[in-house]
Amino acid sequence: MLNRRSFLMRTIAVSAGALLLQPLRAMAAWNEKAFKATDLNSAMTELLGGADAEASDAIQLSAPDIAENGAVVQVSVATDMADVESISLYVEKNPSPLAAQFNMSEGMSADVTTRIKMRSTSNLIAVVKAGGKLYSTQKEVKVTIGGCGG
Amino acid sequence: MSLSRREFLHMLGMASAGGLLSNKLYASDQSMYDIGSTGDVRIMHITDVHGQLSPVYFREPNVNLGLGAANGRPPHIVGEELLKFYGIAPNTPEAHAFSYLDFDAAAQKYGKVGGYAHLATLVKQLRAEAGDGNSLLLDGGDSWQGHATNLWTNGQDMMDAMDLLGVDIMTAHWEATYGEERMRELLNGSNVEFVAQNIIVDEVAMFDGAEAYDEDTGHAFKPYTIKERGGKRIAVVGQAFPYTPIANPQRFIPNWSYGIRHDALQELVDDIRANEQVDAVILLSHNGMDVDIKLAEVVSGIDAIMGGHTHDGMPAPIIVENAGGKTLVTNGGSNGKFVGVLDLKFSGNKVSGYEYRLLPVFANMLDADAEMQAHIDAVRAPFADKLGEVLCRTDALLYRRGNFNGTWDQVICDAMVDVLDAQIALSPGFRWGPSSLAGSEITMEDLMGQTAMTYPETYVQEMTGETIKVILEDVADNLFHEDPFYQQGGDMVRTSGMSYRIDPTQTMGKRIDDMRLSDGSLIEADKTYKVSGWATVGSVSPGAPIWDVAAEYLRAKDTLTMGKPDTPEMVGVDGNPGVVEL
Repeated sequence: MLNRRSFLMRTIAVSAGALLLQPLRAMAAWNEKAFKATDLNSAMTELLGGADAEASDAIQLSAPDIAENGAVVQVSVATDMADVESISLYVEKNPSPLAAQFNMSEGMSADVTTRIKMRSTSNLIAVVKAGGKLYSTQKEVKVTIGGCGG
Repeated sequence: MSLSRREFLHMLGMASAGGLLSNKLYASDQSMYDIGSTGDVRIMHITDVHGQLSPVYFREPNVNLGLGAANGRPPHIVGEELLKFYGIAPNTPEAHAFSYLDFDAAAQKYGKVGGYAHLATLVKQLRAEAGDGNSLLLDGGDSWQGHATNLWTNGQDMMDAMDLLGVDIMTAHWEATYGEERMRELLNGSNVEFVAQNIIVDEVAMFDGAEAYDEDTGHAFKPYTIKERGGKRIAVVGQAFPYTPIANPQRFIPNWSYGIRHDALQELVDDIRANEQVDAVILLSHNGMDVDIKLAEVVSGIDAIMGGHTHDGMPAPIIVENAGGKTLVTNGGSNGKFVGVLDLKFSGNKVSGYEYRLLPVFANMLDADAEMQAHIDAVRAPFADKLGEVLCRTDALLYRRGNFNGTWDQVICDAMVDVLDAQIALSPGFRWGPSSLAGSEITMEDLMGQTAMTYPETYVQEMTGETIKVILEDVADNLFHEDPFYQQGGDMVRTSGMSYRIDPTQTMGKRIDDMRLSDGSLIEADKTYKVSGWATVGSVSPGAPIWDVAAEYLRAKDTLTMGKPDTPEMVGVDGNPGVVEL
């Protein structure tokens, strides 16, 4: 059985290989207008064609309540919805709210984890596009100056 | 004059007769310490001792605000409201232990509290009462920091004392400020078992070789342990302070990530219940009481959460209902002042009843245990001259605890303004730090009791009015956020050289206004001000340690005098039982 360390080592080896093989495809998927948009609505509109997403309990968004380091906040999004086309993540108060987008193809498990930057305390919004419709959930993540523990 | 032991015993008997009986806090025996064993297993709990090996005075707060659902709910009741809530008669030893009321006079009368040698005598007595092999002693953390000798021995004095006391299991908060390596070194040389389900080794750090208890789960330490006592299997899960890398410098523990991790806790408790044939599950928690109450609502399967961090000496547990039944939530106070005693009764393999008491440790009531006293004397001997240096006398009662400035922090902030030539001084809202009575001498030991830590450096820097407001708002949100999971458990940042108005019921960014310098002029957003502070969590500050700055200030005085501390004008909290304005 793989332990955590050897699993990580393999994962990292695999991703390094994958990155080398596919730089062009990754670049092609970059939606500059969406990633450079300065407010949530335009980022969603540029990326997904609309900013109206239905609130959904079927999306599990996990992120810390208070970030230990705003520069590296680990976020996971998972859902059991059918026909998931994409998952995107927004930090409402970042200068450019769109933080990440994952395009899903058939047969992929809609369960992603990434590390993002957060400038300040903000709502974090996960949007799932499934069957042509947008669904979302959100959570407040605090970025604090800290220093006052009992 | 302090009472003789005989007079003291008489008073305790009176207290029990006069109202405590109704709440069954103590048996109606002569002494609060002969409680009688009513259960099959006795769990003793100490927490947030903050290194106080010798007895101290410790004043409870007159401001401990609860908002929303927490308004008026323990621990957010102070003074007479607290006595009424728990049926404690005024002017009794218990009233003194649990409230700030008439503190100076009552402290003179009843004497000091805590002290590991007195605690040891009490623990031995409670253990004997429960019967051989029927009890457990838990320490909720914040044991290794808060006294000069903790710092000067790198935590060794407390680790040895905990071994002597026979602590079975502990978890942590400030322990981490000695760094991972020292923390592991002390624990490895001790018989105390350390548990924490919420200290996780960062994946990248583990890849680089960081130590983990379990590489698959990422747990840095054992998440729980099981002890057999009184023929019952008791699981004790550890919950370290979830915001350690935020409230304290992350540089001491770069490999670790914390968090409340309530989902992981639920999975762990379910797993323990399913596979370990346990009779009870206890969470030894350093979350803070409001966080523990919410945790008990969302996680089921825990019989009792024995909590600390927020230093709330609460005489009775809160009973929280959740999907799986009921969970008791306690909070055990601080500075060695109390021992929590939870007697559990079982029927079959289930808890069927309990009795809980939070026993105040009155040093005048309990003989010092000889072996423990010898250890304490040996620890102090090499530092006797430094500890005993008299800095000045004080005309005022000096205390720290409370949501806003106490007099001890006023001294520290005033010292920074004076010695470091700043317009404004800021000091973190720590909850540790004993009290010094009016008319007493202030020694270096007393000052270190407010400042002893591994990141004491001071700074002086230019800050804009906007930055000052951001800092105040940020800390206020950590204290007053409506969702306890977003609270960090300290008190409001202390200030000198400025005043402000606060509405704790507002939201982030909207609580603070009317910030003024001490000359009455408004602090303007885009103007700069010379601000001093200490205990920075980011990088190491360049200035002298705070105890040097404050000692210089105090040595220049013959007698310290002080008016009312610089507490802010409060709005929106009229009628809140968590505040009495003095």
